[in-house]
Amino acid sequence: MAETLAQKIVARAAGRSSVEPGELVTCRVDLAMLHDSGGPRRVAPILERLGVGLWDPSRVVLVSDHYVPAVDPESARILDLTRRWGRAHGVARHYDMLGICHVVLAEHGHVRPGMFVVGGDSHTPTAGAFAAFAMGVGASEMAAVLATGEIWLEVPETLRILLDGRPGPGVVAKDVLLALCRMIGLGGAGYRAIEYGGEGLAGFAMEERMTLANMAAELGGITGLVPPDRRTLAWLERAGVSLGEAELTRWRSDPDAPVAATLRLELDRLAPQVAAPHGPANAAPVDEVEPVPIDQAYIGACTGAKLVDLRMAASVLRGRKVAAGTRLLVAPASARVWREAAADGTLATLTEAGAIMLPSGCGACAGYGAGVLAEGEVCIASTARNFKGRMGAPSSRVYLASPLTVAASAVAGRIADPRPLLAERREPEPIGEEAARVG
Amino acid sequence: MSAELEGRAFLVGDDVDTDLLAPGAYMKGPIEELARHCLEALDPDFARSVRPGDILLAGRNFGTGSSREQAAQALSVLGIRAVVARSFAGIFYRNALNLGLLAVVCPEWDGIARFDRVRLDPRAGRLVHLASGRSFACRPIPGHLLEMVESGGIVPWLERRLAARRAEGAR
Ligand code: SF4
Repeated sequence: MAETLAQKIVARAAGRSSVEPGELVTCRVDLAMLHDSGGPRRVAPILERLGVGLWDPSRVVLVSDHYVPAVDPESARILDLTRRWGRAHGVARHYDMLGICHVVLAEHGHVRPGMFVVGGDSHTPTAGAFAAFAMGVGASEMAAVLATGEIWLEVPETLRILLDGRPGPGVVAKDVLLALCRMIGLGGAGYRAIEYGGEGLAGFAMEERMTLANMAAELGGITGLVPPDRRTLAWLERAGVSLGEAELTRWRSDPDAPVAATLRLELDRLAPQVAAPHGPANAAPVDEVEPVPIDQAYIGACTGAKLVDLRMAASVLRGRKVAAGTRLLVAPASARVWREAAADGTLATLTEAGAIMLPSGCGACAGYGAGVLAEGEVCIASTARNFKGRMGAPSSRVYLASPLTVAASAVAGRIADPRPLLAERREPEPIGEEAARVG
Repeated sequence: MSAELEGRAFLVGDDVDTDLLAPGAYMKGPIEELARHCLEALDPDFARSVRPGDILLAGRNFGTGSSREQAAQALSVLGIRAVVARSFAGIFYRNALNLGLLAVVCPEWDGIARFDRVRLDPRAGRLVHLASGRSFACRPIPGHLLEMVESGGIVPWLERRLAARRAEGAR
């Protein structure tokens, strides 16, 4: 029987030769990821109540990213508790203030094709960029996973999303996702496994694929899968994981595997997208969006502050200045992104344009750290979500866009199309090439 | 086991997200405090106007957003016993069941007004509007999962399983 990639991974994790969509199965978890917000402080009391420890500390990765760096005694206490818990339970892999969990997992080669990953965070599907079946769960369920190494699962159907053609200048993975959010609506994937495909996919760097997989969460997918190719192997190689070519053929859907639906998107016809408050599905082409004046432009989050994202912003900002009356805040997604952006001059470009650098971490994305908004303020952000009140005061308004569009808007002081700014360059910025070099 | 429940219907719309249910600003504090702010951005009186035993009737994609289970927990703390929605965001759905809060998919429940009395049978998959007697088909919760919900969620359920295993080991 022909199977989808999702079915193949679930079957392996469930110890079965095959599974059918709709079946209730129990999967063995290959990797469990916890962060400071939903992690130890929530799961520790539950594990205590159960009277058990971790089923396998070597399969657990702990990341402190939400409340870093501490801004008050309460967040400091949460970070302290996280450290103590990690030590007490023998969790050797605790990435403490080294970046946002989903990016850190990828950078260290913790997520690989065919793995079954459970994370205490809704953007856990980011790992699907590496063809891992990765799903987000809440704290009680995470505690159950930590206690038993198992999780219940209704085998999902697959929604296939085919990307045709090549995106034009100024159009990147974030635009693809915002357009998809508008097309199928928030949660439109109905907790199916999303599998990206199509000839356009090959052109996306790993970090761009991470953006595609990341926002599978907004589409409502249980996970977002990208079948592996040479780029996947090259990224993993750099992270110290050598995989054979056999993995490339093993972890992909059979050509005739039945899927619930197939959706096509023509990349060459796509314009940069902007999602209006208060939902990612309120997306529209940037030239159809009112050029609203903005108080804050934010380049941050697992979705929009990886090295490729920062380079995109720099390509727009080089030799330009952030508009008076507007602030541009940049929080690189990880310590490694920070280092590499410093080494290649990206950071200097950003700060010369007037960007204010913030620590690596979730920060303003979830309204936890530096960069939150005042009542009535307007922000354009490279993050994944613009729910009411998420980034600060309830009456603040957040628009979502790609790092290119956020940077262009910072320069204009209002929502702006990045394409004219990119076209003004004598030599067009080689985003695709740079991206290829990275991923 | 308590198969059916009856209560007052409390209505909300589509795409009610986890930031509305569990606002980020109160995430550091205790759940009782967080619950007082549940849905306040939508309806400032929500926490004061729901009563224990209420059944929340929602539109599509209920609970979209983050994995924070406080979104489901806040509703439980306020005494809500079940959420009936046209559709759920997957993680919220799992969290609710794992916390012992019934989450039932009911694609159509038109004609039910705020505070009308309804009866829910999660096992059979049926919602009844008591005033009109109209019955709406829901997706039944598989027996295995319902057992977990009725034992109070995944933690009490696991607690029982572990205790049983230990007792077996001791023999
Ligand atoms: S950066 Fe934002 S979306 Fe990403 S894990 Fe942190 S809070 Fe979640």
